[in-house]
This record gives sequence, structure tokens and C-alpha cells, in this order.
Amino acid sequence: MLELKDITAGYDRRTPAVRGAHLSLRPGESLGLLGPSGCGKSTLARVAALLHRPDRGTVTLDGHAVTGFSHRAPRSLRTAVGVVFQQPRLAADPRLRLRDLVAEPLRATGRRSEAAARVAELAQRVGLGADLLARRPHEVSDGQLQRACLARALVLCPRWLVCDEMTAMLDASTTAALVAVVEDYRAETGAGLLAVGHDPVLLERWCGRTAHWNEIVKDRPPVTDRQHPYGGHVLRP
Amino acid sequence: MTPSPHVPAAAGADASRPGGVEPVLRVEGLSVRFRMAAGRYVEAVTEAAFALAPGESLALVGESGCGKSVLASALLGLLPANAETAGSALLADGLDLLAADERTLARTVRGRRVGLVPQSPAAHLTPVRTVRSQLEETVRELAGTADAGHTTQAGPPPASGGSDRPARRGRRHRLAALRAAAEAAAGRAAFPASHLDRHPHELSGGLAQRAATALALVGDAPLLLADEPTTGLDRDLVLRTADELRAHTRADGRALLLITHDLAAAERIADTVAVMYAGRIVEIAPAGAFFGSPGPRHPYARGLLDALPERAFIPVPGAPPELGALPPGCAFAARCAAADPLCRTRRPALTEGVACHHA
Repeated sequence: MLELKDITAGYDRRTPAVRGAHLSLRPGESLGLLGPSGCGKSTLARVAALLHRPDRGTVTLDGHAVTGFSHRAPRSLRTAVGVVFQQPRLAADPRLRLRDLVAEPLRATGRRSEAAARVAELAQRVGLGADLLARRPHEVSDGQLQRACLARALVLCPRWLVCDEMTAMLDASTTAALVAVVEDYRAETGAGLLAVGHDPVLLERWCGRTAHWNEIVKDRPPVTDRQHPYGGHVLRP
Repeated sequence: MTPSPHVPAAAGADASRPGGVEPVLRVEGLSVRFRMAAGRYVEAVTEAAFALAPGESLALVGESGCGKSVLASALLGLLPANAETAGSALLADGLDLLAADERTLARTVRGRRVGLVPQSPAAHLTPVRTVRSQLEETVRELAGTADAGHTTQAGPPPASGGSDRPARRGRRHRLAALRAAAEAAAGRAAFPASHLDRHPHELSGGLAQRAATALALVGDAPLLLADEPTTGLDRDLVLRTADELRAHTRADGRALLLITHDLAAAERIADTVAVMYAGRIVEIAPAGAFFGSPGPRHPYARGLLDALPERAFIPVPGAPPELGALPPGCAFAARCAAADPLCRTRRPALTEGVACHHA
């Protein structure tokens, strides 16, 4: 289980980006979380990926309560969650060749010897040619770079995947291709998926279950205009 | 969702697709290639051709890296130094955008004859200045140069030794006029006056988009060029941005060249769709026929539509070829189920709106 209980999180304690969010995912389940931009869904995705420490609330991952860490969650838990972000240009180190980008988690966890074989296997899975693996991010398109970022997220065989607007920058064909890669991986490994996005058509097609932001913060007033000046502009033209 | 209130019924312009009217932009045989190290070339755009009538919206769609944005940069004279161009891109008054020198482009084209609605407006706006200040600057530069500059010199000379009141009054008038013009420009793009004094980081994605659109409309250019104006926006915002762009086009007799990989936005706005693949336009068709019935004719265009989650949600197999090493035949042949030996050896020409041996 991946369980988030009463999560309050943000970057400034006075105006948290997320207040009182609840979410739970069974192994193998896929949940599409929908919400307008600025509602806090990316922050919640970071909390679910154990990349951001909530100010309040608990995160439970496969029975382990992930609490009390000061800076980073323990590696054994973090590596159980693979993350793909919206903007591959910001998520990829511009100095690394795609091959090294994909292999980095293996090196960081001391599994360097497996790298070559795993990278080749994943490159094939996500549809990256061998010539592309030798290039650096500025030499490939957004779609190709996002393929590499997805390969990197899968390289440690995570039991959970968090995809935060994974396809927002991509064309229709690349979107469908990457979703297919994620679903193949899940069918093979039984991994759970939290996909965050703003496109209901895509998430309903992709995920077994979808929830709107207002449903997961249900004991709070729904996100409407005027709660926060920013949210107001987003929601109300 | 409802279109914003300033959107008039977009009739008129689309009812009569003018036959004899001079197009706002006529692109013929436009090619752009980049000179690389060791004498290699990357063929980013090859022999693009289309025309845009007043009031018409053309969506140029395709995968990222297919050459769409290079085409836009070519039209604005913003290509890097290692680019070589061929062909022509004529405005209604006969100016060739590809041949014009930098001085002409800077003084009479950008903002005045071609308005740019940028990708990522939040990055396009100056972060340290308010929207009002940026709008006023643009109005001053584009619209107000004549009066703002002249009134100072041409006004009655201040009485020597006397008070400078008339000059001050003139200055106040000019500032008031500038302020009013900036507010009017904001109003045209439905940017709320209450937010004019905010900085870009205090705006939502949708409002930042409108601020950028307002800036693009100031010069009243007959051609708007929108490069991925909806990337990363919510679907609601995509549709609203699309509706607003379309309103500025149809109702006001402007032409819009929309460059996008977002087919939903293209369907919402476009009268005509041009599909680009590996630097070439492979299909150009009326939007109604393309998105509805009978549908696209080029196999790549069909594949793109089938990849949408609303439709089959099946990706086009394979990957596009490298623009530096294009195959001799049809560039799509390697990914095409219908490809035969002819496709691999002879490149199909764009005839009757489609470049395919089998269409």
C-alpha cells in the first residue's frame, strides 16, 4: 500500500500548497489524480514520491511509516518509487549522455556492474536507439529526452511509479507510446501508479481509477475561487 | 465552456473565404537547412508551401523536432547564423520575409506586420516589471512613436523664463493617452484591468498567456504567429486560449499561423491543417475534413490522430528519422504499414494536398 494521510505540505508554512489530502493506492492499482494547475497536485506527487517532507500527516509505504526523517527518506524506501516529471529538460542533467542519465540510479546504489545490460534493455523498452544513448540532452527532442527520463525511473524496478504530468509537453504519438511503456511495465511487475495530470480524457483512458483534487481533500472546503489569489485566477476566467 | 464576452459571433469572415483577396502570407518553396561541422547539413524545413487569407487560421502540426518552430523562426528572421534559407515568404504588401534585412525586420516587421504569441508566456514576459509597464512600453514603441516623439518637439516652445506648465500638461496628456492605450490593449486580449499592476510571477498560466497575447496585438499586425501557445496549460485553458486566438483572427480579419503539437487546440482553432513530418508538409487539408469526415489522407496524419486518448490511443510505431540523414524516398516509409519499394526509393510530391503514393 501507498498511503497518504491528512497531508499538509508546501514551501512556506503560512501558505501550504496542500492541506489535508488523503490518498491510498493498493499494489498494482493505478490512480489518475486530476486538478487545475496551481491546486497543489505536483507538491502532493512529490510527497508521494518521498521527495518532499510533509509539514503534517503521514506517508506509509508497503507497511513502513515514512516519518521522522529530517532531510531525506531512507534510500531503501525511496528507491521503491520511480518518478517522472513534467519537464524533461529540467529533470535531466544537461552534462550527462542519455546512457549515463539512465544508469545513474544504478551507479548511485552501487550496482554499476549491471548498468550496461540494464540500460540496453530499458532503451529498447522505451524506444531509444543506440545512437541516441550517446547524445546529451541538448541534442535530442523533448520526446526523446522524456523517454530517457522514463527509462531512468524504471531502472531500479520500482514497486511504485509517480508520473507528474509526464506527457504535458509531448505530442499525441509520444504520449501514447510512453503510456504504453508504463502499462507494459506494470503488467509485468504489478507496480502501482499515481499519475497526476489535468487532462481527464487521457487519465481516464490510462488509469483504472481517477479522482479529482476536491475528492482527496474532501474534509476541506473545495478549491474554488478566492481561496488563494492564484487559485482564483486559474479556476475562474 | 463559454467563450469570453468580448468574442463576437465569428461569422462574416469564414462565410466568404475570399477567392480573389491577396493572401496575408504566401509561403513558397521555403527551405531551411543548418550547416553543421564537417560539411554536413541538417534539413530542418524542405519546400514548405502554403497561403494564409485574411481571417484564416492555419495550424501547422507535427511531432516535436519536425521543423515547425524553425519555420516560425524563419518567418521572423530569427534563425541562427549557420542557417541557409531558400524560397520566399511574401506578405500582402510584397515584402519577402526571407530576403528582408535585419533593419527592416526589426523596424517594420516584428510586432508591426507579424505579431508573435510566444510559447511559455511566463518566460517571455520580463519578470521584474508589471504587465502595465510592459504594455505601455510596447504601445510607446509600436503605436505611439509618432505622436509621443513629436508633441515634445512640435508643441509650442515654453515661454522663456516663464513656467513650464504647458509642457507639463502635454506630458501629462501623453501619459494619460499611453495609459489608456495600454488598458485598451489589455482589454482586447481580455486581460483584466485589475491585474495590470502585477508582475508575471503573480499571474496564472492563463493570464500570462493573455498578457502575451495583448502584447502581440498592440501593433495591430495583419498576421499573428503563435508558437505552441498552449503547451503545458490545462485543457480548459487550452480551449479558452484557442477560442481567444480564433476571435482575434476571424473577427478582425487577421491571419493566424498556429504552430502546435496539440491536436485539440488545432481542432478548436484551425480552418486549415498542415501536417509536417521530417521537415516537409505531408498533408494540407480543411480542418473539418481532417478532424471529421473523411479524415486525414496521409498515413502519418492518420497515425497522429489515432494516438489521441479520445481515439485509439495507439502510438505511431517507430521514431522519426534524423533530419541530418533523411532517406531517399518517403521519410515516413520506415514507420508506415502501407510502404512498398516505390515509397522507399521515390519521394512522393505534395499533390492535391497530400504527399503519399497511396493516398
